[in-house]
Amino acid sequence: MSEEVQIDQEVYDRLIAEGKSERIARAKAKAASVRKGKVAAGQELGPKSPEENQQALAAFRERSGGGAATAGAGGGAATATKEVPASRLSPEERAARVSASLGGNGNGGSIGVPASSAHTHRLLALVPPAGIQQVQSKQQDKVYTWPHLLIVEFVALLAMTAVVLVTSFFLDAPLGALANPNLTPNPSKAPWYFLGLQELLRYFHPMVAGVTIPGVGLIVLGAAAYVDKNPSAKPENRKFANMAMTFFLVMWTVFVFAGSFFRGPGFNWVWPWVDGLFFEL
Amino acid sequence: MSRMSDFLSDVKKRREELKAKRPSSFGDVKTSVQDNVIWKSIFRPGSIYRKGYRDTSRDRALAAMNNVLYHLHPVKVKRHGLKLTYTYCLGGLSFFLFILLTITGIFLMFFYRPTAGAGSELAYLDMRNLSASVTFGHLVRNMHRWGAHLMVFTVFLHMARVFYHGAYKPPREFNWVVGVILLTLTLLLSFTGYLLPWDQLAIWAVTVGTEMMGFTPVFGKQVQFVLLGGVEIGPNTLLRWYVLHVLFVPFVTVIFLAVHFWRIRKDGGISGPL
Repeated sequence: MSEEVQIDQEVYDRLIAEGKSERIARAKAKAASVRKGKVAAGQELGPKSPEENQQALAAFRERSGGGAATAGAGGGAATATKEVPASRLSPEERAARVSASLGGNGNGGSIGVPASSAHTHRLLALVPPAGIQQVQSKQQDKVYTWPHLLIVEFVALLAMTAVVLVTSFFLDAPLGALANPNLTPNPSKAPWYFLGLQELLRYFHPMVAGVTIPGVGLIVLGAAAYVDKNPSAKPENRKFANMAMTFFLVMWTVFVFAGSFFRGPGFNWVWPWVDGLFFEL
Repeated sequence: MSRMSDFLSDVKKRREELKAKRPSSFGDVKTSVQDNVIWKSIFRPGSIYRKGYRDTSRDRALAAMNNVLYHLHPVKVKRHGLKLTYTYCLGGLSFFLFILLTITGIFLMFFYRPTAGAGSELAYLDMRNLSASVTFGHLVRNMHRWGAHLMVFTVFLHMARVFYHGAYKPPREFNWVVGVILLTLTLLLSFTGYLLPWDQLAIWAVTVGTEMMGFTPVFGKQVQFVLLGGVEIGPNTLLRWYVLHVLFVPFVTVIFLAVHFWRIRKDGGISGPL
């Protein structure tokens, strides 16, 4: 049914000559042809002048009964409402017009905010610039935990189980004679991890060796994370920290070894290869 | 004769029918086990134990998210952390030893009574009995003993590893402190357990240890008294240290472990790369 719009050949040729693309030239030539047809039929073209707008508005108001014009102006006191100038439609008039054009289907002819509302738009939220999240995470090289990490962990778990089982199979945990508070064995030794402290007892007062040194040691160890302000984790940037830690670890190890293997009866110094071992786990 | 052959062919037919009904392969059994209401209620969608697990990104992510054990981990981890020489698995192994010690420890509890004193040396007798007449008793006790020493050692190495990687630096300072507390708790766990065999080795090692504690300024003697349940080691000490060893210290340790693991994730996963 719809007729193909004719192309205004004159306009088309001119636009092509101007170097416009064929697509644009064809569209504009079609528009020119439509415009020509309207002029020939006596229809008006283009935007109306302000005076014509006013006349059209007055005509509309006359048609729709006129009463709405005064009710609309100065109606809404809400935040987003403005005083409607007389030269424009009031919200009620606009609503009437919209519902008329939608055929008056009873629901106000509007979606969302009712057309009769004085609010022409809604304020959802005010967001300060600081409230807008700036996501600047770096792309990281990551892999899925399952299966990559979990498999490594599972193998480590099996290996550790094997180590414990095999050790337990071949080495027996010691069980001495029944406890006898009246019979002090010579030497009496603490568990191996405390033998470093027991070794220190030879050099310091018990309060220093047994309480002050381990107590201060643990506190310093915990505080190290707050004392060390160096942000770098690279070994070459933290020579002092690594040296200090190594020093204390070596010291601790030396004292544990001394207490474990080089102390015999009376907790006196012995050479394990001469006097034998006085050590039980 | 024909009745006999009829009967035989009947049996043969019946066998064929049963064979057809029976699940023919492991795959069929697996499907029928996985494809029921109970199985599906236990394993959440995406679990690797559910039917239809596919090796896709989505299912890999769901595998970590839908299992309470794997949930200790995030869905993804930094690739460098997988390298064995970065962590040597020391933290994980320490935790695993804690689990192993819990399991073996529960087993030992079935056969051990923390009672001592003249005429009722049950603790020591139970230890003898455990080795002599309980099935696997000797092996489990050995595992508990060596596992305990090993755990002190792995926790200690874990601490050294974390220090040398600078992994205690912000934002992980607090987790380092939690780690130091866990190191102390590990030593306490080991030390309280040391007394329980109630042999000469046990009580004299503990005597040496607690004597040092008694030198704590101001309230040293009180601390020693409370811990020993008297002025010197006796049956009360054994009961106290038993309760500390099997209940109190593990309880506190589990709480700190939970915080420790939780903070690893909150602080951005494993540290590094260097």
